Amino acid sequence: MDIFTQQLVNGLVLGSIYALVALGYTMVYGILELINFAHGEVTMIGAMVALTVIGVLVGVAPELPGILVVLGGILAAIPACMLLAFGIEKIAYRPLRKAPRLAPLITAIGVSIILQNLAMLIWGRQYVSFPEILPTTKYEFLGAHISLLQISIVVLAFAIMAGLWLLVERTRLGRAMRATAQSKEVAELMGVNVDRVISATFIIGAAIAAIAGVMVSAYYGLAHYYMGFMLGLKAFSAAVLGGIGNIAGAMLGGLLLGVIEALGAGYIGDITGGFLGSHYQDVFAFFVLIAVLVFRPSGLLGERVANRA
Amino acid sequence: MKSSKFLVSALTLALAFGVAGCGKKEGGSNDVIKIGSVSPLTGPQTHIGKDNENGARLAVDEINAKGLELGGRKVKLELLGEDDQAEPKTATIVAQKLVDAGVVAVIGHLNSGTTIPASKIYHDAGIPQISPSATAVAYTAQGYKTAYRVMANDAQQGKALGQFAVGKMAAKKIAIIDDRTAYGQGLADEFEKAARAAGGEVVAREFTNDRATDFSAILTSIKGKTPDLIFFGGMDPQGGPMAKQMKSLGLTAKLLGGDGLQNVNFVKLAGSDAEGVVASSPGLPIDSMPGGPDFRKRFEAKYGVIQVYVPYAYDAVYALVDAMKRANSAEPAKVLAELPKTDLQGVSGPVKFDDKGDTTGGAVTLYEVKSGAWQVLETVN
Repeated sequence: MDIFTQQLVNGLVLGSIYALVALGYTMVYGILELINFAHGEVTMIGAMVALTVIGVLVGVAPELPGILVVLGGILAAIPACMLLAFGIEKIAYRPLRKAPRLAPLITAIGVSIILQNLAMLIWGRQYVSFPEILPTTKYEFLGAHISLLQISIVVLAFAIMAGLWLLVERTRLGRAMRATAQSKEVAELMGVNVDRVISATFIIGAAIAAIAGVMVSAYYGLAHYYMGFMLGLKAFSAAVLGGIGNIAGAMLGGLLLGVIEALGAGYIGDITGGFLGSHYQDVFAFFVLIAVLVFRPSGLLGERVANRA
Repeated sequence: MKSSKFLVSALTLALAFGVAGCGKKEGGSNDVIKIGSVSPLTGPQTHIGKDNENGARLAVDEINAKGLELGGRKVKLELLGEDDQAEPKTATIVAQKLVDAGVVAVIGHLNSGTTIPASKIYHDAGIPQISPSATAVAYTAQGYKTAYRVMANDAQQGKALGQFAVGKMAAKKIAIIDDRTAYGQGLADEFEKAARAAGGEVVAREFTNDRATDFSAILTSIKGKTPDLIFFGGMDPQGGPMAKQMKSLGLTAKLLGGDGLQNVNFVKLAGSDAEGVVASSPGLPIDSMPGGPDFRKRFEAKYGVIQVYVPYAYDAVYALVDAMKRANSAEPAKVLAELPKTDLQGVSGPVKFDDKGDTTGGAVTLYEVKSGAWQVLETVN
């Protein structure tokens, strides 16, 4: 039982991070029907910027409590990522908005490679380690070890998701976003500044990605110019699992993918009597993804595309 | 009309190529000798990869500075550094590229998983290959007369680790994780054999990959089997977070690893959770190597902190050039005839090859992290 609880906790923490990154994919897709493959790299840049600032803060003011230092890192990473996403959208995607859908997709992959290499030039090829400044307090809950950091990650992730939901459902900007998602042309006729809404969507997604980036690097204790790739792929899968374009779906998909991965890696060996080992972790997760898509092609909470057209 | 014009231009082209080809044979290859160096220069193992290339480059620069003469002519070595991304697929492409570029020998690759597929290409081209750091047994077991290495292989290392785990560390229940690369899997298999032979019980065998950072699921599953030692066959980018996650999951088992963990970066990544981790490295510790401290000074003045395999990359170049000198030629076939007779005092120790191309030295040193740095436990032969 305690092993099972622990696996659930592992999955939940991983899943909340996936969910946060998945939000960025799904928001952009909802509005532009563009898969922004550079989003994983935005997350990585967030982690790198935060680590740089944290490194400086630790050097300058070592007596500062760890939480404040990390907060400083997050506060630096958010505007940096917002600016980056704003620039990417303006330079790489906006000129292609009327182009066939494949063109911006390829551009997105290009941007992702450029960002990776840029980060390699700036921060080097080395793994950057996260200084040990956060308290390592641990709690026991039903036999599972849960650290303060894990609790903070999950709580913060849920708070961000709730905040985003409020923003989309309850504010003017949110209404403009929903309108643009339904039909760009009609929204424009109704006086919505579509360009600004699209920029805002990218920027909000990037801000969330920045926080997710800091979470990942704090949780695993490292950051690397390559880290955005796999994280982006998993988050994208999570968004598809939940129904791409659907915000609640991204959250559900992220959490689910995290838990499925953890349980899969934890039990697949025992269930199959060692025939399939834990290296089938990803296979297992993607098998679930395929199974869901076979029965619900639009994802768990996704609407049918036919209704939108 | 049209066809005759085509014929003329085709003839001209052929002539031009023919002449160019001749020119190359006579002049070019004698003055500049191209040597390839292959390691991952992008991706998670970049830091170690660049380090290997720098080690080879240091040797090449030193030899050029001293001046090298072969067959009565002054020659200059040129190192062509290539990136195999630690990917077996890329490794073969890069190997072919080097062969096409006319290298006379290759120092590399870094990983066993890339060295093995590339070795066939060098073998077919008849070019000597000396790997500084590929330790999988399979590399030299293929029977290629072109494949050499200057580091003890996994059979030697895995055996030392397995005996140490059960003997000195008194581990009874052992869990094993590997990263499914030729290196990680090979080392873990050799470790398992030796640990079982020494009387240890293997309670779990789990797997990850060389891009992963999350091990909480497999570690939790291992925790349920209450081992007193976890062996990891893999590299530091995985080992660091693994040590951290072991602690945060409340695992009390000790972590043991091979040379993939025994580097500065591992301690940085694992932070305070690196304390008490034990790992081995083939050969002697750098500072106990015959030319170690002096080498460290020379290397670090130019390229910064040594990661791990540098002295081996450096020695590999010297072994190669030594064979060239004896052959009095850089021609691969003549160099290959001389390589088995290598008997060189390198920075890492004596460099000598057995008939398979493995090094005959083969000492393995065990280290433990104490107060944030690797300390030597003991060297076994």
